[in-house]
Amino acid sequence: MTATATSPSATILPFAEPLKAVRDTRPLRLITCGSVDDGKSTLIGRLLWDTKAVKEDQAATLARDSGSQNDLGLPDFALLLDGLQAEREQGITIDVAYRYFSTDRRSFIVADTPGHEQYTRNMATGASTADLAILLADARAGLLEQTRRHATIAALMGIRQFVLAVNKIDLVHYDKAIFDRISHDFREFALSLGVRQITAIPMSALKGENVVYPAETSMPWYDGPTLVEALELATVRSTQAGGFRLPVQRVVRPGESFRGYQGTVAGGSVKPGDSVVILPSGTVANVSRIVTFDLVRNAAVAGDAITLVLDRQVDVARGDVIVSLDGQPMTGHHFDAQLVSLQPGGIEPGKRYWLKSGSRRQRVAVEPISQLELATGKWQPHASTLAMNAIGKVRLSFEELAVFDAYDQNRSTGAFILIDPDTLNTVAGGMITAKRGEVGGIHRDQGGEGQRVVLSLPADLAEQLMASELFANRRDETEVKRMTAKQAAELFSNAGGDI
Amino acid sequence: MPLSVQETEVKNPPVSRPPLDPHLKALENEAIHIFREVAAEFEKPVMLYSIGKDSSVLLHLARKAFYPGRVPFPLLHVDTTWKFREMIEFRDQIAEKYDLDLVVHTNPRGAEEGITPFSHGSALYTDIMKTEALRQALDAGGYDAAFGGARRDEEASRAKERIYSFRTPDHKWDPRNQRPELWNIYNGMVRKGESVRAFPLSNWTEVDIWRYIQAEDIPLVPLYYAAERPYVERDGMMILAEDPRLELLPGETVQQGMIRFRTLGCFPLTGAIRSTASNLEEVIAELEIATVSERQGRAIDRDQSGSMEKKKREGYF
Ligand SMILES: Nc1nc2c(ncn2[C@@H]2O[C@H](COP(=O)(O)OP(=O)(O)O)[C@@H](O)[C@H]2O)c(=O)[nH]1
Ligand SMILES: [Mg+2]
Repeated sequence: MTATATSPSATILPFAEPLKAVRDTRPLRLITCGSVDDGKSTLIGRLLWDTKAVKEDQAATLARDSGSQNDLGLPDFALLLDGLQAEREQGITIDVAYRYFSTDRRSFIVADTPGHEQYTRNMATGASTADLAILLADARAGLLEQTRRHATIAALMGIRQFVLAVNKIDLVHYDKAIFDRISHDFREFALSLGVRQITAIPMSALKGENVVYPAETSMPWYDGPTLVEALELATVRSTQAGGFRLPVQRVVRPGESFRGYQGTVAGGSVKPGDSVVILPSGTVANVSRIVTFDLVRNAAVAGDAITLVLDRQVDVARGDVIVSLDGQPMTGHHFDAQLVSLQPGGIEPGKRYWLKSGSRRQRVAVEPISQLELATGKWQPHASTLAMNAIGKVRLSFEELAVFDAYDQNRSTGAFILIDPDTLNTVAGGMITAKRGEVGGIHRDQGGEGQRVVLSLPADLAEQLMASELFANRRDETEVKRMTAKQAAELFSNAGGDI
Repeated sequence: MPLSVQETEVKNPPVSRPPLDPHLKALENEAIHIFREVAAEFEKPVMLYSIGKDSSVLLHLARKAFYPGRVPFPLLHVDTTWKFREMIEFRDQIAEKYDLDLVVHTNPRGAEEGITPFSHGSALYTDIMKTEALRQALDAGGYDAAFGGARRDEEASRAKERIYSFRTPDHKWDPRNQRPELWNIYNGMVRKGESVRAFPLSNWTEVDIWRYIQAEDIPLVPLYYAAERPYVERDGMMILAEDPRLELLPGETVQQGMIRFRTLGCFPLTGAIRSTASNLEEVIAELEIATVSERQGRAIDRDQSGSMEKKKREGYF
């Protein structure tokens, strides 16, 4: 029994802290990643502790369970996270834990992910919904293989903001030179992944230095933000670029007169009077009403769960996508994608899987093309089974017409999972990169005679261009490859041109 | 689409309210999405309804999700027969008011073998009258999906649970082998006999629940608000003394005081707190400065660290 529970009548005592201001932003979703024992769980435990998200009875349980595992007399904060019996017994994190805390400025949903390579799939689960990743490095060890691996997966899954926590700085005498070296290495690596928003912070998760409270005395040389300050300034993934998307979850027909299409807006916005197309059929209609429980609305934006009423009788079923007339997604039978293989059996070439994206489930055959070599960051040709935890580029072939956006355009309509028809388990998480023609890809159009322009741009400029409506509308006619400036220079010096 | 309940027009049309703040709106949208997805993909869903504040929010979200249609599945209440009297009254009023299909199940072993929280201890009693009873009710109904109001911030093993929590035919949860759950794409494929527990409130905190109740004006069992009530002190808990089945032990006396409950369960196992918060505003103000967690008042969660995981593995929701 806990300490507080033994005292009769648990009175709620007023607390010295001022009341939290009413939050006015959407919660920021973040993950911690890095190698085993870098201090991920400790860091989140510390965040919860210092933002007062841990209550007295939980603290008492923690004190009781902690024993004496460090010389500082501090509780083992990781136990706040490692909630499974097996995790406590082994002192490791096996599966993602989701925790919640808030400051005066905003609220946070944080996923604590496992560091062991064998649990990489659980890390991918946490990364899929995150806006920001905190990557930890042990100041004594520097950047490890596993930290690079996690950073790569995080970037691949669309995370564009990194915080590097150079942790356990207390164990290297708060040495600035060590911090500078590790952050320099990391910055270079992150840039090569296309991530440019990087904040590096020297930290002691255990002692709570630069987590919530600054540490001027032990690290006078550091004048950057604390972790919480950095998190407060981070941006929530902006509403998806491009046109309106409503994957239809269900059709509601409460009476003869009413027929509505229920779903969550996955991109763009919609208002009564808009012309829409139902995919894959291609039928056109106009929006007559947007119904929600609260009131009839005059607009809905990405993220809203709505019921849409159209102005005419059309055939719409679960799995269809209602989209804006301008700025339609790609439709086709063949797509290129990247995926993370999540189960021991791997992803087998030619096997028919179930693919689920939005509310649509359809049969697909998967053909591996290459695999990411995490040590070097290079894609190596690979046509056989993609083993568990492998990241691969694949080609998807559908029997029925499929509807997608590219993942870098829309994180909802560009994402999918694969389900094994034998085990019914989720075996891969994937991201669409492009639509593929039967032969020659996009360059087949106009018999190879049409004119095309190859541009080489700074990544940020390219991202802005790709986020534009104009680009999104014709995404399936374009091809995008990321590379280092050096590679681009080589490509250009080898290419012909000047028609 | 197979529906277990005929879809007809909803009875109590909604009223307009000021828009929710973006944080609550995001949580609401996510919950509605989950409700619709489960209702569409499973053959026979059911909603576990425990009458408490989380269930009240869950029900409200279900009504929103399917509007203007009716809630397309029944509500299941596992009645241990030891619930607070006001809970049962409230349950029946709500079912009537919102035109819901309510299924109530009690494990017959309770009456047959005389199993009570007093005679058998909280652990065995909970195992039989809650966990086993739930398994019986789910099997009898042939449900392949059961919505629950559990939140990840309640307890450390819950924090690990997926939104679609897969269960074997004998309702077991294997925390070490959960299906990966990426983005908001849920895998609803199960074999006959297997099922999922679906948790639309996974990402809500206790404060979110209360702020949402306030914003949406959701009715609650009055026991959540402070009032002058009779109680006895036992094992460090204040137990409501209104049920004639509560026998006083030597040295115990019935006292009167301003008390309320942060969670509601079986009255002999649920401790009250001293409080003067007699309305929603005051409850929220009190909560925002609370220094103990809500589960602190529950005997069944305090037995040992990891006790919730153990119960969940056995089929507790
Ligand atoms: N001295 C010191 N020890 C730390 C710090 N952060 C974590 N640790 C210890 O490192 C060990 C591993 O931490 P844990 O949070 O379980 O690592 P995880 O595997 O990344 O989740 C634990 O014994 C922690 O107490 C720190 O900043 N300073
Ligand atoms: Mg850990």
